[in-house]
Amino acid sequence: MAKITAGTWVEIEQIILTPEQRAPTLPEDTKKVPYVLKVSGFLLAEAELGAPARVRTLIGRELEGKLKTVNPSYEHTFGQVVPELLTIGLEEDL
Amino acid sequence: MNGRDMSYQAVMSRKNEIMKASLGIDYDDYIQSPIAFDYERMMAETGYTHDDVIRIQHETKVGNTPLFELRNLTEAVRRSSPPGKGARILLKDEAANASGSFKARRASISAYEALVKGYPGMIAATSGNYGAAVASQAAQRGLKAIIIQEVFDSRGIGQPEIIEKGRKCEAYGAEVLKLSVGPELFYLLLRTLEETGFFNASLYTPFGVRGVESLGLEIANQVRAAYGREPDAVVITHAGGGNLTGTARGLLAAGCEQTRIVACSVDLSGLHMASDHDFNRKSFTTGHTGFGVPFATWPDRVDVPRNAARSLRYMDEYQLVTQGEVFYVTELLTKIEGLERGPAGNTSLTAAITLARQMDQEQVVVVQETEYTGAGKHHNSQLSFARKNGIEVRRGDPGDSVPGESIVIPERLEQVRGKVQDLDRLRISYLNNAARIHPPDRWGEVDISFLAADLKVNTDWVRQRIGSLSQNDA
Repeated sequence: MAKITAGTWVEIEQIILTPEQRAPTLPEDTKKVPYVLKVSGFLLAEAELGAPARVRTLIGRELEGKLKTVNPSYEHTFGQVVPELLTIGLEEDL
Repeated sequence: MNGRDMSYQAVMSRKNEIMKASLGIDYDDYIQSPIAFDYERMMAETGYTHDDVIRIQHETKVGNTPLFELRNLTEAVRRSSPPGKGARILLKDEAANASGSFKARRASISAYEALVKGYPGMIAATSGNYGAAVASQAAQRGLKAIIIQEVFDSRGIGQPEIIEKGRKCEAYGAEVLKLSVGPELFYLLLRTLEETGFFNASLYTPFGVRGVESLGLEIANQVRAAYGREPDAVVITHAGGGNLTGTARGLLAAGCEQTRIVACSVDLSGLHMASDHDFNRKSFTTGHTGFGVPFATWPDRVDVPRNAARSLRYMDEYQLVTQGEVFYVTELLTKIEGLERGPAGNTSLTAAITLARQMDQEQVVVVQETEYTGAGKHHNSQLSFARKNGIEVRRGDPGDSVPGESIVIPERLEQVRGKVQDLDRLRISYLNNAARIHPPDRWGEVDISFLAADLKVNTDWVRQRIGSLSQNDA
């Protein structure tokens, strides 16, 4: 797999707590899955996707985790139009 | 930190020492019993006067926001009200604060305190606008910020609104720790406080609540100057309780003792807040009953030993609204008032419509916040996401909606009517929670007085209910 070069902005993932280590009082569905952290930073040394990696975050902290995403981006939008909203406020008589 | 046991149980058991080091407040100094503490002395001993708060906030682009009269909306409400009814609806445009919400008030004093006390940075655990507020205030004070945020479910999917709030924190230069669903946010907060030695910018410290008092003061002054009267009612979106507590305290400090303090939350009853499955079935991430009710009925469930945000101490009424009603009103604000604002901030505006209809025309009802809007943080984003997740979205009677299954957007303004919650039922629920922590047969005068003040009732009211609590407990 291709190596990602040091200095690249990436997202890493850590399992903070496995299902067995989680808080004692959780709903059944939540209890079954691990507690997962994702955080972004600049890659400190060349690494492969999916392999352990270290990053320096925006405030300079160094954190470790599995390299998940290169150039993690925000792609949220206004969503698909919801036509039910469009006529609100345009009616003659509210 | 090296060599310390970092397991869930071990870190949680170090809670008190971590809190003391990360806040510089010794709560033991105020605690009087397992339930009672000297609330007013704790609030007074932050060391900040109202003038200090206003000066500090002015330095970092917080406060002095406009108060607008919503003339077209008021007119529309009057058309569907009984003769002589339909109070003026005023809106405090808190989106004008740095970071786009009233939460900047809450973060500003914590940032100042962290700077003065020499902390290198601050940490907040929040999925709300508060994260952006902390990041923005920290940036201006030259402090580092870490925001711990519940973002995605086990499929890795998050609501557009939450994604946007994370983006905004990062935009201000914060490190954002993005987490899957679960209450262990608090565990990671403690762990990160211990690792970094940063200031705990908890929402629930006296600093956070004192910072909101300026909002109540401004409302009192602006309404008096423009209308020659005191605000008759102020409607406040209620989740953790700090918005309501701070605003009400500010109004009281300004002498507005007759102003009715109305809480409002989006009704999400039936959805479990720690459920991985339910996480993306709600279209509001804050300002809803999943926080509002538990925090009202037991404020001390938070990340500090005693909560400075105590909503029932100040609340006169509690309105519930549906998701569909808030989305309708958000669109209406845009179309007839020319103000596009984020949906969560319009929760209290929705309740204000119901209230205005019941109030006389010469009275004024104040909606005390707005929040910024944009991609993700928009009612169209939230509704589109809901529809994609199998939630039914339609126009109709909002009373027919079921949280997590359907969102019904009103067809007409008269269908925006909210629902009143029984405050006495909440007060009794609070007493039952208190009884679980400290058995009623051990309650002394200090406890009874504290409980009465915390519930805005007299001591006889508390005494009369002790019997039924003990029976319930046994």
